[in-house]
Amino acid sequence: MKILKIFVIIQILFYFSPLKADQKIFQNKITKNLRCLICQGQSVYDSDSEFATSLKLVVKNKIDEGLSEDQIYKFLTEKYGEWILYDPQFNKNTYLLWFLPLLLFLFGGTMIFKKLIKKQR
Amino acid sequence: MKNKITYFIFITSLIFTFVIFYKSLNKSNLYEPKSKIENIPEFKAKIFFENKELTSKQIFSQNKFYLLNIWASWCIPCRDEHSLLLNLSNYDQLEIIGLNYKDNLENAKKFLNELGNPYKKILLDNDGTKAIEWGAYGVPESFLIYQKKIVKKFVGPLNFDSIEEIKKLIK
Repeated sequence: MKILKIFVIIQILFYFSPLKADQKIFQNKITKNLRCLICQGQSVYDSDSEFATSLKLVVKNKIDEGLSEDQIYKFLTEKYGEWILYDPQFNKNTYLLWFLPLLLFLFGGTMIFKKLIKKQR
Repeated sequence: MKNKITYFIFITSLIFTFVIFYKSLNKSNLYEPKSKIENIPEFKAKIFFENKELTSKQIFSQNKFYLLNIWASWCIPCRDEHSLLLNLSNYDQLEIIGLNYKDNLENAKKFLNELGNPYKKILLDNDGTKAIEWGAYGVPESFLIYQKKIVKKFVGPLNFDSIEEIKKLIK
């Protein structure tokens, strides 16, 4: 009986372990950045489709195996292409996507700056 | 001069928007993932009707064509393509392997008894994780494999055209 009690206490402690909670937060962070390919406009985290539930399990297994966030994204983009990621990764296909807003901002800024200088003169 | 520039920018942006919208008119909103998988994924799977587990290398070990078909008894399009799979199972140079996706075993058995069994082996995928290893996102999906490489992927149920294509490829 004593052994059983100790066993139950250990189980409860293990169940509420902060390590597990951290893992869940990490898993959610990843699945929120994954697009559910069969449901329109939903992330894997939000969806309960067969595909999304399996993908959540795969992400969990990969975390258990010790893979990092980037490694999991790499694994999934190999299977499903860049489209599965909401946050596009930085590569030669996405340079324009990442830099265009910055370039437009700089362009607009210089225009305003020039106009202001002209006015002052 | 200033007016001319504004006029030019206005016209260019109008043409630009028109071209984008016009091109999008004929674009399908159904997206098919661009998978980069060329080789068969590595996994272990339980075999239906047999009490053993095999690795993917053991399953696709021979020097012949394999057709991996992801199916389930609850999937209606799988019923439609089943007769075509039975037809393909008559070809000696092709071995059809099934991947039973998130299914109830009893229902799967009934399905095969009712419609026939075109599969040489059936792998079990109770939680859907093995289908993800293949880059699949639904049922049915089929992969034509030769020398441990994926030759062709078919998303959705096979039809007469895809069967003809498979027959041409395995000849």
